[in-house]
Amino acid sequence: MATAAAPASRPAKRPLLERLPIIHQLRQSMGVQRGMLVTGLVITVVFVLVAIFAPLIAPYGFAQLHGANGKDFGSQQPPSPEHIWGTTVGGYDVFSRVIWGAQTAAIVIIVAVVLSIFIGVLIGLVSGYLGGWIDRVLVVVCDAIYAFPTLLLAIVMSIVISGGQSSLWGGIFAAAISITVVYIPQYFRVIRAEAVRIKAEAYVESAKVVGASTGRIMFKHVFRNSTRTLPLIFTLNASEAILTLAGLGFLGFGIEPSSAAEWGYDLNKAIADVTSGIWWTGLYPGLAIVLVVLGITLVGESMNDLADPRLRGRRAVAAADGETADISVVPGGPNEAPGGLEGLEPGAGIEAEGIEVRE
Amino acid sequence: MSATSSGRDAVRIENLSVSFSTDAGAVRAVDRVSLRVAPGEVLAIVGESGSGKTVTARTILGLLPETATSSGAVLLSTDRGDVDVVTLSNKQLRQVRGPAVSMVFQEPSTALNPVYKVGWQIAEGLRAHGRVSKKAARAEAIDILRKVGIPDPETRVDYYPHQFSGGQKQRIVIAMALVLGPRLIVADEPTTALDVTVQAEILDLLRRCREEFGSAIVLITHNMGVVADLADRVAVMYNGQLVEQADVNTIFADPQEDYTKHLLSAVPRIGEGTVQAAERAAARPAGWAEAEPVVRASGLRIQYPGRLGQKGFVAVDGVDFTIRPGEVLGLVGESGSGKTTIGRAIAGLTKVTGGSLKVLGHEMNGVAERKFRSVRDRIGFVFQDPASSFNPLLTIAQCVAEPFIVHGRAANAADARSRVDELLEAVQLPRSFGDRFPHELSGGQRQRASLARAIALTPPLLIADEPTSALDVSVQQRVLEVFRDLQDEFGFACLFISHDLAVVDIVADRIAVMHHGRLVEEGTGEQVLGDPQDAYTRKLLASLPVPDPVEQAARREALQAIVAEG
Repeated sequence: MATAAAPASRPAKRPLLERLPIIHQLRQSMGVQRGMLVTGLVITVVFVLVAIFAPLIAPYGFAQLHGANGKDFGSQQPPSPEHIWGTTVGGYDVFSRVIWGAQTAAIVIIVAVVLSIFIGVLIGLVSGYLGGWIDRVLVVVCDAIYAFPTLLLAIVMSIVISGGQSSLWGGIFAAAISITVVYIPQYFRVIRAEAVRIKAEAYVESAKVVGASTGRIMFKHVFRNSTRTLPLIFTLNASEAILTLAGLGFLGFGIEPSSAAEWGYDLNKAIADVTSGIWWTGLYPGLAIVLVVLGITLVGESMNDLADPRLRGRRAVAAADGETADISVVPGGPNEAPGGLEGLEPGAGIEAEGIEVRE
Repeated sequence: MSATSSGRDAVRIENLSVSFSTDAGAVRAVDRVSLRVAPGEVLAIVGESGSGKTVTARTILGLLPETATSSGAVLLSTDRGDVDVVTLSNKQLRQVRGPAVSMVFQEPSTALNPVYKVGWQIAEGLRAHGRVSKKAARAEAIDILRKVGIPDPETRVDYYPHQFSGGQKQRIVIAMALVLGPRLIVADEPTTALDVTVQAEILDLLRRCREEFGSAIVLITHNMGVVADLADRVAVMYNGQLVEQADVNTIFADPQEDYTKHLLSAVPRIGEGTVQAAERAAARPAGWAEAEPVVRASGLRIQYPGRLGQKGFVAVDGVDFTIRPGEVLGLVGESGSGKTTIGRAIAGLTKVTGGSLKVLGHEMNGVAERKFRSVRDRIGFVFQDPASSFNPLLTIAQCVAEPFIVHGRAANAADARSRVDELLEAVQLPRSFGDRFPHELSGGQRQRASLARAIALTPPLLIADEPTSALDVSVQQRVLEVFRDLQDEFGFACLFISHDLAVVDIVADRIAVMHHGRLVEEGTGEQVLGDPQDAYTRKLLASLPVPDPVEQAARREALQAIVAEG
């Protein structure tokens, strides 16, 4: 009985393709949720592609003022075959600036998220698992950062980091680091909350009883189980990063037009145009910001809904459909031991317990 | 008691099927079930987890989640004739809930809203069904509180839920269910979350509900003792289907279906283990009793630190006991008695604040974690909740290999695999289960895997903290069997913590009874269960309902006598 062979019918793991994060969710989704996710994904993918291939897509450079013939583009020119979205007050091509701006935005998102995710996760883990005075100090510091208006803090940081002057990378890092400072507390909070929750789980205590070292428990057991909400904050923070960058640029703390294209800066320069009926300088950078933020937020929100079985939509079933399984019926949860429950309790008269759910 | 005409049934369920939409497709939870409950009758629906008993009962109130679809009919008797709950709109359902049918939930502490006074919560039902003045509602709330046995209801009506004990809270939940005088009460595991002595009181109250208010009761439970105590008729469910239905005496005396027989035989009964314990005691070598004990507690005191400016909570107060090598000590007590705290203190998870606790020759009072870590390979621990005792991201083999890796006996999980396979076989799990993830195992299997991990390094001492209390009774039986076999084979000493006297009786050589942080009685199973000396032990023993309606009726009277004695 003890050496009973494994049930032969155990199915293979799901194919790799289906286990990839986003594809898995895409297959899982349906109805409005699927619409949201697909829209968000399309916008985000277009944004990423534009950012990568900006040099190929944009007809001119972001700081280019005159064409190959040496003639200036001219200031505030309406859309024309040469400049399909017109030119700005500074004489730049709007279309090219918007395309190049995608690249700047993407770089800032990556740098900001990479910087904040590592520090935030690490101190969140330490703070949540170890607790004590370290925890108290870190929580107070992070709460203090929360209390600051984020944009004001970002302005202060950008002045401190670059003295208000901006080269391309200087400007990007100024924006990214200032965003980082604002985001670390968010990652910290989420990971800390998870760590505090997981600390009380029996498997952590079990590792303690076995005699595992603190480091081993922290990384092998706590960390690996506390990362499931990260993709969600990642997407939400990415969209906020764009807004903060645009806000900085709009207020004049962004990147100089000669260093990189930046939507917020272009919007700032377009303010005066609005009253004189020049709509193209403000409309396109503004639309770009709105669309990218919308796309990333849609991905984040729908992933959030899909991750929660209670929020996840499902196809309706016909009345009295389906098999009665040898298992619990848990609304909203997987309730099957893969491979069926045949032979799971060899020898017992009742093979019925399945995955128990205390009701 | 039986129904005279079908039109007068409190509820009649006809051919009910319920399906849930899940990620894995449709799953049918209830499959063509037909039941009827006569007015004033107590129908117990019994079954194990996943048998569909709760879903069936919730259908009576129309309390199914959105993912469910149902067919068939649930005809509920109301003032305006029978209505079919399955087809009612939400608004019609609201009119039915309360006056016609109401519900008592499992967990009284979550069924009450903590920010409202209990009187307000009771009156809420009255207000929802007709215009009642504040004064009248309050008077009625006081009246119903008195009827369910809350002392001094005039004052207590203005208390908040946290000011009541668990049993009193359940009384209030029952009062809320009774206040509109429903014809039918659905009680979903009403005593599962309660201690056994409180359970007896709540069962008494439910019995009075039937007698004084004339309500029929649908009782959902997995506890056969509770069924024997309260039910008139029993319906056994398995895999969403009705297996057997009979009156209570018939089902216990003469069960027809194999499943029912198996369910009944799996229920542990007091007195089963005493013989085995005596055999083991006889087989011990001479001089065994004088051997150095594995665990020796003297005047053990454990206090949890209080909040700033408040006194700490003393969980364990002046406890003395010993566990000798190869001996199983069963530690019994109700929630809050300090039994789990003692287990955690032995494993070094809780600080000892007073007295002495010697574990494997190490004094635990004031021990440093760093120093104690080297002792940990000689202690195994089995946790209560099988759902959370394994890291969900590691396979069973990796989890069981943890002790080997942590103590340097193996470099990685693959290295320890052959030993892990042997351990899995020892707990009667197929080797291939090592490659599965914890969620792919059932609760009973996970608890056996947990045993395998605990005995991985063949420790001389094992601590089992309520290892079977989250399991169904048939699964519990199997886990206990495995435990017994392992104990015979490996001969470890064990502290077996449980709230269930019958379970402890099966596995333990000696039994210790805890009450409010003190050890009130200790001795062999024969002494403690056969001839209890302490009043609390006697009450505990008498409160335990036995799965036999005739015997249980006699025990009930005996318990009332004990309680009356004071």
